[in-house]
Amino acid sequence: MALGLGCSAKPGKAKENKTGSWRTFRPEFQHEKCTKCGLCAQICPEGCIAEDEEGCPVPAYDYCKGCGLCAEECPSQAIEMKKEEK
Amino acid sequence: MSGESCGLFEYGHRACGGCAAALAARTILDAAGKDTIVVSSTGCMEVFSTPYPETAWKVPWIHSLFENNSAVASGIVASLKKQGRKEKVIALGGDGATFDIGMLCISGAFERGHDFVYICYDNEAYMNTGIQRSGATPYDASTTTSPAGKCSSGNRRPKKDLPMILAAHGAPYVATASVAYLPDLKKKVEKALATEGPCYLQVHAPCCTGWGFEGEKTIAIGKLAIETGLWVNYEMEDGKVTRVKKVVRKPVETYLKEQRRFRHLFKPARNDAEIAKVQAVADRNAERFGIDIKLKK
Amino acid sequence: MMEFMEGSHAVAHAVKYCRPEVIAAYPITPQTHIVEALADMVANCQLDAEYMTVESEFSALSACLGASAAGSRVYSATTSQGLALMFEVCFNCAGMRFPVVMSIVNRAMGAPLSIWNDQQDSISLRDSGWLQFYAEDNQEAADLHYLAYKVAEDKNVLLPAFVCFDGFILSHTYEPVDMLTQEQVDNYLPRYSPVQRLDSENPLSFGLFASPDYYMEFRYQIDQAMKGAAKNIASAGSEFGEMFGRDYGDMIESYRLEDADCALVAMGSICGTVKDAIDEMRKDGKKVGLMRLRTFRPFPGKEVRSALSNVSRVAILDKNISLGAKGAVALEVKDALYGTQVPVLDYIIALGGRDVRKKDIRAVVEMAEKGKGDLFYGLRQELLA
Repeated sequence: MALGLGCSAKPGKAKENKTGSWRTFRPEFQHEKCTKCGLCAQICPEGCIAEDEEGCPVPAYDYCKGCGLCAEECPSQAIEMKKEEK
Repeated sequence: MSGESCGLFEYGHRACGGCAAALAARTILDAAGKDTIVVSSTGCMEVFSTPYPETAWKVPWIHSLFENNSAVASGIVASLKKQGRKEKVIALGGDGATFDIGMLCISGAFERGHDFVYICYDNEAYMNTGIQRSGATPYDASTTTSPAGKCSSGNRRPKKDLPMILAAHGAPYVATASVAYLPDLKKKVEKALATEGPCYLQVHAPCCTGWGFEGEKTIAIGKLAIETGLWVNYEMEDGKVTRVKKVVRKPVETYLKEQRRFRHLFKPARNDAEIAKVQAVADRNAERFGIDIKLKK
Repeated sequence: MMEFMEGSHAVAHAVKYCRPEVIAAYPITPQTHIVEALADMVANCQLDAEYMTVESEFSALSACLGASAAGSRVYSATTSQGLALMFEVCFNCAGMRFPVVMSIVNRAMGAPLSIWNDQQDSISLRDSGWLQFYAEDNQEAADLHYLAYKVAEDKNVLLPAFVCFDGFILSHTYEPVDMLTQEQVDNYLPRYSPVQRLDSENPLSFGLFASPDYYMEFRYQIDQAMKGAAKNIASAGSEFGEMFGRDYGDMIESYRLEDADCALVAMGSICGTVKDAIDEMRKDGKKVGLMRLRTFRPFPGKEVRSALSNVSRVAILDKNISLGAKGAVALEVKDALYGTQVPVLDYIIALGGRDVRKKDIRAVVEMAEKGKGDLFYGLRQELLA
């Protein structure tokens, strides 16, 4: 594995680090309550909430750290933090 | 945007869950776009985003030292100008890097008038090294080098007014913002990038680990800071305050009691004298910036 | 074309011909004439560069680092206290492999404050990963800048470089110098073509942090690049010789060393005095020679050993001292000679600009012949009583 000159690196390797393993709580999204305001995707510090074809949030659980910001801020209370099952 | 939901700041970075600095980085890059060169100082944002060989940055990015991101950015701007290139340059630093050790370089860069934007993510202490006091630490906050104890109520000094200092350098646009109001932050980033000359943005970044609250409350805490008047979101253009976020003010203790760094003001007993002093800081901010919404009776 | 020039101006012109895109300047005696001359050239449209008057030397090198990262050839100059202030950035620059070239107008380190010449400043950064060249006269001071850029920017080197020349003695002295033309320099030194740079078309991250699992290998790479630079110095130096008649391919210069009994070793302008003294001593029948180090980093250990193995004694003239130990040149020459039986004696000389005359060189040789060395030469005992 060649070293990046002067300790440089190309983008793209951060996502090999699956920070989802950090979680103790995971957000469960209730699409029936979702108004598609997009706030959760905006405020997620990981940026791991994408949108499906209907515009509803789809979290990338590989990266979700379970911080709970989305659940806390969702104006429709459409996200619930549930204890992670191991 | 780059096709993935994370945009130009890739997930997989090692920020704490609920980290305001990570949220700020994502939002800033979203506003700035791919033709941006970012110069980071040493600190949380740099460390959690770039452990070799991983990097979360999908724009060209450089980290040199703790205190020189403004000087490095100056050199980049000069080089781009000489080469006729159009990329924008953003220098990103925490409050330690910006208010303290980087003062020399930020002053020089602003005095020379380079066309770049300096964004300070202000979590009000040296967080990466474990929560030590900086020039941005607010009055009475407990940090490891300004700890509350039997003969101390925490940090003895007021927060340094860096926006004013940089406005005095002739910066055409200086603004404060917060991760609690992301669309406002984005607008200010866009405005700063569109304004020619050295612009400064100070972004309040409540730190769950350092301030002592749950990560899910990052935005709520940020809102309380503004609602109590301890943080004011405002814009300055050519040295004059032009826009201020007004609030119906809450007493400072609604903000203070949510954070471990101010717990000593309430436990083992209420320290009314010190709480009053913190309230006085908020009152002075309110008066200076005119943040109070006058309710009609 | 022969011109009678102050050393600073010869260097400024040489730098101009190297076409730096960004110059960061902070004034400090005795470098100031260089940056003033460059400012003048820029102001009069003779040099098309972005000229930054920065707020400190620390900022100067930081700005150079940024500009180099963005893909520009850059330049700065400093000395003594200014170089010391750049200490952190020097390690950073070499570690990130940016080929910045900086003139070091050698000056003593304070305290006590001194504006006069010795070589403590650049020598104290010998661990940093910067190539180090030492000029004997203003001709070399000018020429070594072309060589430095060419070697530093080679994709197998990619290390920053100091071009060192003695403050006041060279910088402020007028000498005849054969200045090249812009066209000549363009033929020798191509445009800087970075291997990688800050570029939104090809985004890269520079300056990541390295855990213990990676750090050593990065440092090893720098060391290898530095040692490999010897080859680049040889080829770039010889090419210069072929094109312009002055060959810089050798990292050392041997002056009347072949049959020498006593070999003097030194760097920089003192060698001019030493050569004159040697000529006189030779007339008196003394077999003395000089091994001049033109490159201090990479250290030319093989060449030093080869040049000095057969002499009876080596007398090092060190314009520096690693306080509590010895002069740096002595320490490194001794290392190169390890295993031979050649005695090496160290003379700390001319610190803080104290003058050195031919008689002093003679005196050193006489001391060396008596086996008396490892001392500060010429101390004013009346001050120490």
